[in-house]
Amino acid sequence: MSYDLKLRIWRGDANGGQLRDYVVQAEEGQVVLDAVHRTQATQANDLAVRWNCKAGKCGSCSAEVNGMPRLMCMTRLSTFEPGETITITPLRTFPVIRDLVTDVSFNYERARQVPPFTPTAKQPKAPFTMFQADVERSQEFRKCIECWLCQNTCHVVRDHEENKAAFAGPRFFIRYAELDMHPNDALDRKDYVQDEQGLGYCNITKCCTEVCPEHIKITDNAIIPMKERVADVKYDPLVRFLGRRSRRNGPESLKDWAPGAHHHA
Amino acid sequence: MTATTASPEQQEQGWRSGPRAAIQARTLRKDRWWAEPTITGVVLVSFIAYSTWAAFKNADYYAHPYLSPFYSPCLATICESARAGSQVVHAPTVGLFGPWWVISPAIIVLIVPLGFRMSCYYYRKAYYRALWQSPPACAVAEPHKRYRGESRFPLILHNAHRYFFYLGLLFNGILTWDAIEGFHFSNGWGMGFGSLMLTVNAILLWTYSLSCHSCRHIVGGRLKHFSRHPLRFKAWGFVSKLNAHHMRFAWVSLIFVALTDLYVRLVASGWVHDPRFF
Repeated sequence: MSYDLKLRIWRGDANGGQLRDYVVQAEEGQVVLDAVHRTQATQANDLAVRWNCKAGKCGSCSAEVNGMPRLMCMTRLSTFEPGETITITPLRTFPVIRDLVTDVSFNYERARQVPPFTPTAKQPKAPFTMFQADVERSQEFRKCIECWLCQNTCHVVRDHEENKAAFAGPRFFIRYAELDMHPNDALDRKDYVQDEQGLGYCNITKCCTEVCPEHIKITDNAIIPMKERVADVKYDPLVRFLGRRSRRNGPESLKDWAPGAHHHA
Repeated sequence: MTATTASPEQQEQGWRSGPRAAIQARTLRKDRWWAEPTITGVVLVSFIAYSTWAAFKNADYYAHPYLSPFYSPCLATICESARAGSQVVHAPTVGLFGPWWVISPAIIVLIVPLGFRMSCYYYRKAYYRALWQSPPACAVAEPHKRYRGESRFPLILHNAHRYFFYLGLLFNGILTWDAIEGFHFSNGWGMGFGSLMLTVNAILLWTYSLSCHSCRHIVGGRLKHFSRHPLRFKAWGFVSKLNAHHMRFAWVSLIFVALTDLYVRLVASGWVHDPRFF
């Protein structure tokens, strides 16, 4: 059954823009991205929208729907009240290119700054034989589709542009956690993630977890464990005194490492 | 570093800054995003107001054999002559603080549960959102012009949470002892409604402590090789299950500790007669 759907879509670029109203035909069972495509096909041929898989796995169609960061392809129209106007805007944390498309290169710059997986010389060469118990923590983090919804929602950079210079964001904190929990990784990134990547800026208000389309428990399973690991080596005199720093296989030195000098693992 | 740095003008404007989409509204959310921080704020402020009043009251905290959790352990000799309604009673005391300590003995010990809850990973979310509005809700802009989070003093002190956890365990042990003593009446062992209150309170405090994120880290989270430490891996798995309910335990134990104090207070002041089951 088709019906008329009211949309309000932000149109514009870095020089300015505005919300424009559209009424498009929608079908039962459709998602927001379908409605955007219908708008593009019938009324706004020049509407810019980034999308790819339409299955919630590529992370391309991130936008804000009624103010909440979401994947448009995973947001069903049936979740809205009949007759409700749905407002669609681009991610607010990143520079807009046009309409619903933003420049998310901040995230790729941060990705290049992650010191990659580094086995010690003592380790056997990959593929490693590993127990499931040792890898299942990291497997949760590998579900990340890099849609940047967590990066966009995090108030540290969303509300404070100046913090982008000091803060890597939740997506990369799960990457640092994944590497720090990896049994065969020897590089100690704890000082680096705290001092250079801004882990301390996070005040664990959990919006990253709330918007994650992969339902990764970013705060509970990655950021807080990383904060605790950082506390072990930087702030806990007892752990330091007892020499419990988890550097039994290392540390490899980070001092000669420069962002972009290695391939991203 | 190649990340974008904003000009001072852009910094002033916060979320409206620079080359971002020109959207002036603080948020475009249409749901009742304000409800959760409002309710959280009201409950937190109510608890702070009640516990402050109760801690400074310096009376009605002991009705044999029930000792209010706000006043346990009593470390001042002043507890030997505690006011309870119109009477003066002898509350259990360790007496580390002599007669020179004249204000409420609760002030000495409340720093531990206060510090534990203030630095708790869940409560931080609760009060940063509800009281400090940083942020009030997801995708709702905060009112502050600058933000450094927990990267420097004083909020960097939250890294001491594990020490409050250790002290909290000690206090849980003491409150468990109080709960056992709550069955020990002057005419022998028995059970009153207050005995149950103190027992449930101790159990809830244990669940809150054992579900703590620092506890999860200490029992096994800091390990790289779970497979080499099967017992700690099991302990970590158990604490992880509890940890998923940490928020619930935080609220229930918070409210119940206030109710337990209130009950002891009502019995001590003579407003309520404690029903004895046997």
